[in-house]
Amino acid sequence: MSSAPSDSSAVVSFRRVTYAAPGMPAPIIDDLSLEIRRGETLVLLGESGCGKTTTLRLINRLLVPTAGEVLVEGKDTREWDAVGLRRRTGYVIQEAGLFPHFTVERNVALVPTLEGWDEERVRVRVQELLRLVGLEPERFAARFPAELSGGQRQRVGVARALAADPPLLLMDEPFGALDPLTRAALQREFAALQKRLGKTTVFVTHDVREALMLGTRVALMSAGRIVLLDTPGGFLDSDEPHARAYRDTLLPPGESLSGFATETQRHGE
Amino acid sequence: MNPFDFMLRNWREILSLTGEHLALVAVSTAIALTVGIPTGLLLTRRASLKRPVLAVANVLQTVPSLALFGFLIPLPFVGIGARAAIIALVLYALLPVIRNTVTGVEGVERSVREAAVAMGMTDAQILRQVELPLAAPVILAGVRVATVISVGVATIAAAIGAGGLGTYIFRGLRQYDNNLILAGAVPAALLALAADAGIGLLESRLDVRRRIARSRRKGSALLRRVVWAAVALVVVACGALALRSRAGRADVVVGSKDFTESVILAEMLAQSLEARGLRVERRYELGGNLAHDSLVAGQIDAYPEYTGTSLMAILKHPPSTDARAVYEQVKREYAERFDVEVGPPLGFEDTFAILVRSTDARRLNLKTISDATRFAPKWRAGFGQDFMSRKDGYEGFARAYDLQFAERPREMDLSLSYRALASGGVDIIAGNSTDGMIATLKLVQLEDDRHYFPPYEAVFLARRDTLARLPQMREVIQKLAGAVSTDEMRRLNFEVDGNKRPAADVVREWRQSKGL
Repeated sequence: MSSAPSDSSAVVSFRRVTYAAPGMPAPIIDDLSLEIRRGETLVLLGESGCGKTTTLRLINRLLVPTAGEVLVEGKDTREWDAVGLRRRTGYVIQEAGLFPHFTVERNVALVPTLEGWDEERVRVRVQELLRLVGLEPERFAARFPAELSGGQRQRVGVARALAADPPLLLMDEPFGALDPLTRAALQREFAALQKRLGKTTVFVTHDVREALMLGTRVALMSAGRIVLLDTPGGFLDSDEPHARAYRDTLLPPGESLSGFATETQRHGE
Repeated sequence: MNPFDFMLRNWREILSLTGEHLALVAVSTAIALTVGIPTGLLLTRRASLKRPVLAVANVLQTVPSLALFGFLIPLPFVGIGARAAIIALVLYALLPVIRNTVTGVEGVERSVREAAVAMGMTDAQILRQVELPLAAPVILAGVRVATVISVGVATIAAAIGAGGLGTYIFRGLRQYDNNLILAGAVPAALLALAADAGIGLLESRLDVRRRIARSRRKGSALLRRVVWAAVALVVVACGALALRSRAGRADVVVGSKDFTESVILAEMLAQSLEARGLRVERRYELGGNLAHDSLVAGQIDAYPEYTGTSLMAILKHPPSTDARAVYEQVKREYAERFDVEVGPPLGFEDTFAILVRSTDARRLNLKTISDATRFAPKWRAGFGQDFMSRKDGYEGFARAYDLQFAERPREMDLSLSYRALASGGVDIIAGNSTDGMIATLKLVQLEDDRHYFPPYEAVFLARRDTLARLPQMREVIQKLAGAVSTDEMRRLNFEVDGNKRPAADVVREWRQSKGL
């Protein structure tokens, strides 16, 4: 079942990475090694405090490892210019983090503008992106974030992250704060979008359903380590105790495991 | 005259004082912003500096304004006048500006700041495009507080000759003239309200939510621009008016302390100097020890003082009762320590005067304080706060004359004690020997036959370098020696305090009557 494309080169590599926050006894990330392949969607799954967000923040140098190294495109993040690295790395967070004093248009235009694109090119790109995330530019471009629903804000957050066409996309529980119906809709649309764009994506969530639906591979994290790294199908078949515990939360008693797995995979494709 | 008539009659001066006031506030607030906002931003970047810097700003704000002025005046390039006032106002305005800058920037939502960093914005871009715009309403709230404080503190700046509306307030307090107090306080209050409302308006315009609403209804941009241009024009015009009135160098600067008699004496000197063709700048009504500080710092060239005050308050010597010895000692030490010359006595003393009603004095045949000790056990006494607390005040006085009253002396406002004595509420008070009230209320001063009170002979103090530069000034001061008797001084004080006449007019008439 674990049939990941073997020809893909690693976009991001973690090599024996440890990260300890100052003043904390135990490291948050503990001797973690991981390769993220071009074009895949790797989901970091785990409970709060397991280190999944920290792992994400180590990629775009919001944090630097205390030991080991994180390579992006083969280059240590410490050698990257932080600003340059971040501009070619899309980032979506739970609260969307939109600038409340910018219109939707200016929010989406942020990175292209910082990169010095000319005005017309920025305008065309913003329109294109708003359509891509399902927001009509005519209705939404001039609005402020406060005038949007939570789901619409998150769509703008995705559009902003994609604006300068970054080769790498980091998403930190982007749909975590949405109501179930909106979340389901956005998950479906994002899965479709991913199929079209094929962007290398690292996706953090604590929602196992979301992980299985969106991930090409799932990395299950616990106490700063990866305890299981497999495809959604492999995850469901695994005997790893954490994976079993997650699996049990999915099913009402009596439901067949394999049936669910096939269903999820079909949905994901 | 009611306050409204007064303001109508004096609108020109009120406008000019308002202009001075506005200029003080505008200049100091502008400086406080250019210093305070960058400081606040620095503190958000250097967490270790935050506590010490805010602590210093906090302490600065608790220093009483007169004390702050006292520290500032001797500093080089400061002196009395607008410069010291502006520095003090800036120091007071810094705390709210710095604190609100820090609070505003730190109040920017975490997710917004994190997104900004993660989008690859540089620190400068985050500051300019994200933190400052989002913190603007909070920073402006600090500016608003700072401005309103400045309007208030600027009234005290009149005590160091910086002008402004406080000039009226201080004069009014001294002369018990409510019209003057109101003519200063009402425009100051209006200024504070206007500043509060104006900046409040700006603040709400910068608020994100309101900005959204506003972007929906456009078209009033031109009107807004016109309004702001008008406001700017008024501020500039008032400032220019204020500055113009201070222009022009004088040959000599005469100062005075902040009470009527000192102003009258200073005016005598000023008019006498002008009669000799000199251009005189007047820096009157300097509070506390500011007149002395200003003289030593070279900000003023001369001012009237009292030998007893020089001996005890300036030179810090214990009280002494021999007038001749006190005068000689003060003259010698001023020359040595301050390079200041003490002129000849003007002819009267302004000391504590133990006063009784003239009816009592006649009935009981009272001439001296010793005569009164017999009756004291049946009397009630009323003394001012000053007399009750001073080294040369009540305690030593009661001991020197072995006085005992029916009850502990009542501590009351000095001006009220005169009226209380006249109306029979108390039977003996300690007034000022040159107070105009003494004649008006038919009070009698008892002679200090045991020479308890130190001598307070009025003299002019003048810088020796000025006297060397202007020999006519020495002649003028010599000519005023012995020219003012205690009775005359009482009358002059009453003309200003009682009859509410300008000191300059009263002095002019006095000079004519003396044939000067």
